Amino acid sequence: MNDIIEALESSVRAACAKHAAEATWNAPLWTALEEIGVTTLAVLEDRGGSGGDVATAVAVLETLGEHAAAVPVAETALLAGWLLATAGAPVPAGPLTAAVADRLELTPGADDVHVTGTVPRVPWARCAEHLVLLAGEQVLLLRRDEVAVREGRNLAGEPRDDVVLDTTLPTDRVLEAVPGLATGLGRRAALARSALIAGAARRALELSITYAGEREQFGRPIGRFQAVQQHLATMAGEVLLAKVAVEAAAVALDQGSGDEVAVAAAKTVASQAAGVVATLAHQIHGALGYTEEHPLRLSSTRLWAWRDEAGNEAAWSASLGGTVLAAGPDELWPLVTGGTR
Amino acid sequence: MDLWNLRPVTLPAELEGLRQEVRAFLDEELAAGRFSTHCDQWLGGWDAAFSRRLGERGWIGMAFPARYGGRAAGALARFVVTEELLAAGAPVAAHWIADRQSGPGLLRFGTEEQKQTYLPGIARGERFFAVGLSEPDTGSDLASVRTRATRVDAGWRISGTKVWTSGAHLAHTLVVLARTAPLADGDRHAGLGQFIIDLPHPAVHIRPIRLLTGEHHFNEVVLDDVLVADDRVLGEPGDGWHQVTSELAMERSGPERILSTFPLLAAAVPSLGPGGASALGGTVARLWALRQLSLAVAGRLEAGVAPAVEAAAVKDLGTRFESTVIDLVRTLVRVEPDPGATDEVTRMLAESVLHSPGFTLRGGTNEILRGVVARELGVR
Repeated sequence: MNDIIEALESSVRAACAKHAAEATWNAPLWTALEEIGVTTLAVLEDRGGSGGDVATAVAVLETLGEHAAAVPVAETALLAGWLLATAGAPVPAGPLTAAVADRLELTPGADDVHVTGTVPRVPWARCAEHLVLLAGEQVLLLRRDEVAVREGRNLAGEPRDDVVLDTTLPTDRVLEAVPGLATGLGRRAALARSALIAGAARRALELSITYAGEREQFGRPIGRFQAVQQHLATMAGEVLLAKVAVEAAAVALDQGSGDEVAVAAAKTVASQAAGVVATLAHQIHGALGYTEEHPLRLSSTRLWAWRDEAGNEAAWSASLGGTVLAAGPDELWPLVTGGTR
Repeated sequence: MDLWNLRPVTLPAELEGLRQEVRAFLDEELAAGRFSTHCDQWLGGWDAAFSRRLGERGWIGMAFPARYGGRAAGALARFVVTEELLAAGAPVAAHWIADRQSGPGLLRFGTEEQKQTYLPGIARGERFFAVGLSEPDTGSDLASVRTRATRVDAGWRISGTKVWTSGAHLAHTLVVLARTAPLADGDRHAGLGQFIIDLPHPAVHIRPIRLLTGEHHFNEVVLDDVLVADDRVLGEPGDGWHQVTSELAMERSGPERILSTFPLLAAAVPSLGPGGASALGGTVARLWALRQLSLAVAGRLEAGVAPAVEAAAVKDLGTRFESTVIDLVRTLVRVEPDPGATDEVTRMLAESVLHSPGFTLRGGTNEILRGVVARELGVR
């Protein structure tokens, strides 16, 4: 299994290097990733996906996060693709996005449904060919040309668009949702952002190591100062913790056991790591890292954006705390070790 | 960088079965009142009878081959047993050093006669060890030890003073690190050796160094020209540095670097209202992730790799976490800590606060460990 993951990681890394571009939407990279077959990872093959498990998809997302790749792989594979496949529908080709849409008005007609309302801050909406919305008990599949988009952005400039609907859908694109889909979608979104954070944090650390070795003050590289070394070691600890937590949570999700605790814990520590790593990376880079000319901002602005997306550390901590309190003191340790008493 | 190859470990079903066995045993022990839960029990909880009961079940020296009383189990089996014992706040100090350091050291570097003499007793939970490393002028800089081993006809004569030697006053055997050759300019790590001394010994003088609570765990151990026969040299004289540091990855990455205050956390849960959910969840999230990290390092150990840098990171993160549990309970439960209280939370809060300075010191201070990590990152 690790061999497959490592092979995919290395293909994705090569594609990111070849199509390195600072665009809002990196279409050539998307095409390359489609060819590698990672844009519908963890989506069942008989629904049009490329199969594989969440652990593999998470490893790919870590690599994409490292390269600040402007492509909606998380949304396509782990969210929209999964929603459609779970609802029993085929997954269309091309970039997808997904969102929970709990304030839409659905008016059923004879053989269609009229949908109106607004869905705020949908990731990559303007670049997606299809949008998949979870509206209460229904999963809606929409073409990009059936909705209006009000462009918005996150701190890194990634599209987070408001989607405005006033459209009529044929009933074959209004699917019944299985129970628990919103919970599952929330966990997958959090895990996906955590994986991206783990990758971006690693890149911020690597940039910091390089800079600390090159930048000289008082006649020596600043990396010779113990104060700077301690910052770098602290960053490395946070990056390692986030990486292992994210990958362990992916395994829990694949096994369908202990994922409630695992995903909440992973997003909590990943969001915490994002803050610590971005702060220390900027401290080490001095004023240069604070400018447009230095690539650190590609990682740090993403870390700042992603830590608050799909639930920040406070939201997931509160959720996990509620789980622990409901279970009671005797269940705390069994919850931590991933099983039940 | 090798650091990033660390992957999470999924425990096999038979180890989850072993976990259930340990839990059942602990439930029984607690129900019978054979031990009471405390924090930081791997330093403070010396209970020879409890260690013997663990030995009967085969949970000490698990990695030893069957001919030495073990079950040739891997690092993951030991991980499961130790984390269950620590989470329950069970008294594990008596066999702790023998199980974690001396036993594995003997198994790896000892002679056949030494293994036959010592390992079965360790595995039965009957023979306890202490290790003499630190000295009055030697803390983080271990290679600066001054205890001298001088070659004589019958073996070696050892003189010097060791400090912070946990359990030396109760242990059956002491393993001492001493200089076998003068400190050379080039290689500070050369010329060190390990020596096995059975206790009590007329030339070994042991005096308590009491903790700030008055508890007696640490000792000053004065070695006054102790004659050690050749057959009680551990490994090669001169190879002591390598021998001592070879077990560091296990010593630094284990669950004891995360769980010293866990019994306090578990006991405090019923006192936390819904208002404490967020802070509690944040603490449990960190605990869950740190355990995964510690387990991932155990997975490397099981595969025969000694991931020293990953282990240093676990210890740095884990021991800082141990103190955050104290602040969680302090700020949410709002009791005044009292070591003599009958209420568990009040008592264990006191134990945790008073033991907390040790968390980030023992086994290598966190500042030194972050230096180890920085060197791996290539900036030192």
